[in-house]
Amino acid sequence: MMMAKKWAKFLRDFENFKAACIPWENKIKAIESQFGSSVASYFLFLRWMYGVNMVLFILTFSLIMLPEYLWGLPYGSLPRKTVPRAEEASAANFGVLYDFNGLAQYSVLFYGYYDNKRTIGWMNFRLPLSYFLVGIMCIGYSFLVVLKAMTKNIGDDGGGDDNTFNFSWKVFTSWDYLIGNPETADNKFNSITMNFKEAIIEERAAQVEENVHLIRFLRFLANFFVFLTLGGSGYLIFWAVKRSQEFAQQDPDTLGWWEKNEMNMVMSLLGMFCPTLFDLFAELEDYHPLIALKWLLGRIFALLLGNLYVFILALMDEINNKIEEEKLVKANITLWEANMIKAYNASLSGNSTGPPFFVHPADVPRGPCWETMVGQEFVRLTVSDVLTTYVTILIGDFLRACFVRFCNYCWCWDLEYGYPSYTEFDISGNVLALIFNQGMIWMGSFFAPSLPGINILRLHTSMYFQCWAVMCCNVPEARVFKASRSNNFYLGMLLLILFLSTMPVLYMIVSLPPSFDCGPFSGKNRMFEVIGETLEHDFPSWMAKILRQLSNPGLVIAVVLVMALTIYYLNATAKGQKAANLDLKKKMKQLQLLVASSFQSYAGGPEVLLTLRFKTNDFCKGQEHKHCEVTVPLFSP
Amino acid sequence: MPVLGCVCLRPGLRVDDSWGPRVLWCVVSRCRSEPEGHVPPTTLPALPGVSLPHRLFYRYQDLAPQLVPLSYTSRPDVKVPYELIGSMPELKDNPFRQRIARVFSDDGDGHMTLDNFLDMFSVMSEMAPRDLKAYYAFKIYDFNDDGYICVWDLGQTVTKLTRGELSAEEVSLVCEKVLDEADGDHDGRLSLEDFQNVILRAPDFLSTFHIRI
Repeated sequence: MMMAKKWAKFLRDFENFKAACIPWENKIKAIESQFGSSVASYFLFLRWMYGVNMVLFILTFSLIMLPEYLWGLPYGSLPRKTVPRAEEASAANFGVLYDFNGLAQYSVLFYGYYDNKRTIGWMNFRLPLSYFLVGIMCIGYSFLVVLKAMTKNIGDDGGGDDNTFNFSWKVFTSWDYLIGNPETADNKFNSITMNFKEAIIEERAAQVEENVHLIRFLRFLANFFVFLTLGGSGYLIFWAVKRSQEFAQQDPDTLGWWEKNEMNMVMSLLGMFCPTLFDLFAELEDYHPLIALKWLLGRIFALLLGNLYVFILALMDEINNKIEEEKLVKANITLWEANMIKAYNASLSGNSTGPPFFVHPADVPRGPCWETMVGQEFVRLTVSDVLTTYVTILIGDFLRACFVRFCNYCWCWDLEYGYPSYTEFDISGNVLALIFNQGMIWMGSFFAPSLPGINILRLHTSMYFQCWAVMCCNVPEARVFKASRSNNFYLGMLLLILFLSTMPVLYMIVSLPPSFDCGPFSGKNRMFEVIGETLEHDFPSWMAKILRQLSNPGLVIAVVLVMALTIYYLNATAKGQKAANLDLKKKMKQLQLLVASSFQSYAGGPEVLLTLRFKTNDFCKGQEHKHCEVTVPLFSP
Repeated sequence: MPVLGCVCLRPGLRVDDSWGPRVLWCVVSRCRSEPEGHVPPTTLPALPGVSLPHRLFYRYQDLAPQLVPLSYTSRPDVKVPYELIGSMPELKDNPFRQRIARVFSDDGDGHMTLDNFLDMFSVMSEMAPRDLKAYYAFKIYDFNDDGYICVWDLGQTVTKLTRGELSAEEVSLVCEKVLDEADGDHDGRLSLEDFQNVILRAPDFLSTFHIRI
């Protein structure tokens, strides 16, 4: 008995401890009480992403970066781990490091540093296998965690009744109980009143004959402009990538800061300014604000997706160039080796013993490494995105707030109420930016294991910076229109981005040959051959035979069919149970009415409860094969 | 009304162990059934490392330090008056704070004991199940406590929500529309089932009917 009590106490304390470990609770509470639940939902989403990225970081750090750092060959021992002689002089310059070239490139941060030996260290840690498996595990884990979050929220999603309970929902769910600030409460009262007034007007208004043709023309025009903008931005990015390839051929000293960072800046700026353009075009359309918001979100999504894919296409172009280059370089290297051996033999002909054949790794000619290049591009993009976001917040929110606050005394019109006034927090823009940044991380982390770590830093600082900016420079929104019913809308987009981000990575793993001169898969024909190699060497031969049989196409098709049938069966069972549930609820209600009607004159006294006991536990929770109970209140005083 | 072991049985809804924030139920039952245990008076409540039930107790005690003793071993019968509850930062801007206090207090007068206080915050917390929240929301919006939300209750709700800025005609239009939409058994008022039918499908209900402490 004492043990049970102590165990219960231990569990309680553990739950308390777990709850106390959740970071940033007080910050989020402060934001909630001042801005309401919709702005706070962005910060809750940010915190959730931080958790996911933390797991990815732990996986990549502990299973890839740390073993290579501890047990791999050190810097300078192999050609692939050394800065080439030509670049040595500038390898530690800040400008070079900021571009992730030089010393940063030849380190555990990128794919190219890793050696292709099958095992390293005294523990015989299989690094290439671990690299491959961690990459796949990160993708798998991300899918799992996003799907789990979505299924948790599925119960919350109302089921699509937008207009059936319009007024009822306005009356019973519009007050936000989280508000703890008089100014926000004022805003909320005003917005609720306006909301009611609008709904009443809509209810009362007769069918007004509007000029349908003009509206249709204006909407067509707006869509046309949007299309032009999307096309223009895609072309701009393609052109910027081509230019950056030209710049790469030139001498880096002749290029200014803008030329070096042009492509990343172009992508970030487009992502920042095109949504404002879309907003402008939406003025032509004259939709209800909720519908206009959905259109805007859809367009921003298309813009960011288009930009990302144009970027990838341009990258694929460069990768193919590098693969072509490899063949030439291979031929050159064999020539160079032959020359070196001839020179060595010539120097040896004088005396029979001489110094052993040694070439410093920095002098060995190097093959191109497309994987490191891809990793570098994503890292640079992430860094420039972060900087652009912070600078925009500083200028767009903070400086504007300072200007409005201090110049208000000596300005002709009231800056705080008219233009420009304080900015409102743009929830959907911020959430979309977060989602797309995460997509880039998922794409790049196979080629740059350091990317989850960089993202962790970024999310951590973002949390503090944006919390400060929101509390200091933003005002609560005057009208709140939630784009998403539950959080599932944004989680759905995240899932889509996850799927679209992992497609290119999987394509690259499966169909492109790894570089011959860098990375843990060098020398293989395809990256996934590391699995076959492991099966051959590390597992007993009978297991390899079995696994080979298992990958027989006939068997795989049969398994897929069985899975599809299981899904269909489970779906049908779930539907059947829901229907039975509804049926039972109706029966209970009828019974309730029946009993209650015979007690009509009963006033005061104790509550009457009806307990139904079921023989199986189909309809309520309970232990297997034991009866379970449901209690229904029949009469309350 | 009879209370059977655990506070949560008051509404007559049967709750099993997986409902509600376990931590709070356990603390409450601790106050009742473990005579040897008492909430230890240690350091300040503002530290995030202090557990939630302790924090709630210290918040309660802070409202009326002269009234509320630090030790509950002697099971004191202490009620903090409504005026102090209504001035808590989490509640002072809420137009329904009086109804909330009345619903959760023992006698319906708004003066709350520690149990009432814990009940209130546990129902309003993130972890409370939907059905429980819907039940208490119904009681809060039932201004005349007759077990049904009638037209007068709706009118009171709308007036409080808009701080009296809608005209009488607009308020009655809104009430009519609500009854049109939600009244399933067509008796001119909303019963608990009607209310639950409406509210459990509302997408915003869980996120707005929530107080964080």
